[in-house]
Amino acid sequence: MSVHQHAAPALIIACPLITSFVLPLLGRWDRRVVLPVTLTALIASSIGSVTAAHIVLTQGPMDYFWGGWEPPWGIAFRIDHLAALMLLLLCVIALAIAIFSHRSILKERPDSYVLFYTVYLLLISGLLGIVTTADLFNLYVFLEIASIASYALVSLGSGPAVVSAFRYVILGTIGAAFYLLSVGYFYSVTGSLNMEDLAHLLPELYSSNAVRVGFAFFVVGMAIKMALFPMHSWLPGAYTDAPSAVSALISATTTKVAAYILLRVSFFVFEPQFFVHFFPVATLLTWMGAIAMVLGSILAISQSDLKRMLAYSSVAQIGYIVLGLGLANEMGLTGSLLHLVNHALTKGGLFLVVGAIIYRTGLREIQQLRNLARRMPWTAAAFTLAAGSIIGIPPFGGFFSKLYLILGAINSGQWGLIGAVLLSSLLALFYFSNVIRYLYLSPKSSENDSHEELLDEKVHLLRHDNVPLSMLVPMIILITGTIFLGLFNGSIVSSFIEPIVPESILQ
Amino acid sequence: MSDSFLLTVPFNIVIYIVLMMIGFYAMTGKKNFIKKLVGMNIFQWSIILFVVSLGAKRGATIPIVVHTTPQNHDSLSMSALEAAHYINPLPHVLMLTAIVVGLATTSVGLALLLRIHSRYGTLEEDELLDRIKTSE
Repeated sequence: MSVHQHAAPALIIACPLITSFVLPLLGRWDRRVVLPVTLTALIASSIGSVTAAHIVLTQGPMDYFWGGWEPPWGIAFRIDHLAALMLLLLCVIALAIAIFSHRSILKERPDSYVLFYTVYLLLISGLLGIVTTADLFNLYVFLEIASIASYALVSLGSGPAVVSAFRYVILGTIGAAFYLLSVGYFYSVTGSLNMEDLAHLLPELYSSNAVRVGFAFFVVGMAIKMALFPMHSWLPGAYTDAPSAVSALISATTTKVAAYILLRVSFFVFEPQFFVHFFPVATLLTWMGAIAMVLGSILAISQSDLKRMLAYSSVAQIGYIVLGLGLANEMGLTGSLLHLVNHALTKGGLFLVVGAIIYRTGLREIQQLRNLARRMPWTAAAFTLAAGSIIGIPPFGGFFSKLYLILGAINSGQWGLIGAVLLSSLLALFYFSNVIRYLYLSPKSSENDSHEELLDEKVHLLRHDNVPLSMLVPMIILITGTIFLGLFNGSIVSSFIEPIVPESILQ
Repeated sequence: MSDSFLLTVPFNIVIYIVLMMIGFYAMTGKKNFIKKLVGMNIFQWSIILFVVSLGAKRGATIPIVVHTTPQNHDSLSMSALEAAHYINPLPHVLMLTAIVVGLATTSVGLALLLRIHSRYGTLEEDELLDRIKTSE
């Protein structure tokens, strides 16, 4: 049972895309309309997403055929439970960060204010397109729209941001080109690009070498895009040098959407038995995930720059998502998806907190943040809560996603992976508690007193909570999101994730 | 032995892999950012070339059906269309889009190189890293 030709899937993409074309003209006329117009477009998308989610939950998946051409000939959009969940997630994050960006970009890059929002909308429409499309080549186009927009956004940052952005261009293009190559291989053996059609045609071809080579290129391409451990070298630079709002946006969305593509294609275009039995990359993925988790956390401990620390923490969190995916059982998949959603909210929130700290004080070295909680209590509290979610303390979302991952590892009898999850959580506790210690207590450092004076001077200038409301509210929305995800994880799993778990891995 | 091996390997795959490796070498091995960007282009084009070659068939013609009027219908075999007589146009159309995407990536890359050059005055990776360190 599915719903055909309801306009919601098309409107979700069209609103931000068309607005991004008009925005530069409007911005030239009057800069003050830019933010309201952007927000209107995003709210329109959100309404579309909520409508779509409601229809999906009550009536089943939605299909939209562009120009009325039915697949496999035309391009189709399809929103199922998983896509609906991702759409809601992306809309919440896009709205929150758009509100936050206003003050942040006016301070960091006032000259690029109009173009920032233009590219912002392009990025969001690319991401929404990736989530809704049911056509592999169409997905490539949306992937590149999103990637090119994120290269441009990263380059807006200060310092060596342009160099980091260029590295990101080079590596991101390798990833996308590998994806295109894999699509070429799949097309050469099946003659189709539609996901559902491929899912019918591929099982007979699982032993074909072209399919295996294509799948290998696909996995490597997505691993680069999502910064899986040995291929993560573009991520720390890009996250660290980008403007605060951009760091929050790309950490919360682009890598997560790449993980979504990996999940979507491996579980719904292929069947889990393909990458477990016919072409055993599943075990490789779980162990790469485990290595990413541990090494990412270790690298995060050794950072003195708060943004860089969060970037390495992201590398570790990607490891959890890949680990759950590689387990290829129901609990693993659930944990992986839950962690994807949870980490998007949490890391977005954390980067917003850092953005607020940079906005008020200009400081980002962990040691300079001494006693900040006294002057910025809300910001420090938000940081602490989000850190609790990343570490995995109940009742936050992070606890439940890790719990599902551990259950998945127990189901497949891989005890080493449980150790890796626990070790990585322990390391996360270590690096976050270090920051929280600086925020709340004031460990004396004898090495440099000038820093202390500088901070005291800056901190004394602030009164009360000091962070503008337009920055505080988005932060709080994202972080309450993670608590919400923890408290209601049961209903989220049963309504969005359980219906889409492939039958072959149901227990 | 080697002759028969060469004959069994499809040339389109050999060519795309060679081009791809040249591009990959330039992207990772070269220190100059312009050369990296050129390498990126070669890398993208190798894949585009490969997918275009998927549509090719030996002895087939361009996928345009000449309109046959009823007068020409003297035999059934003339009016029947055989897919094997025409190359597959779909990969070409897809790659047209991929070329546009590649163009966009290249132009973003070039724009970034302009900014890097105006800020640091060099596009050599080693010199650039030195200048970033001194400017901090």
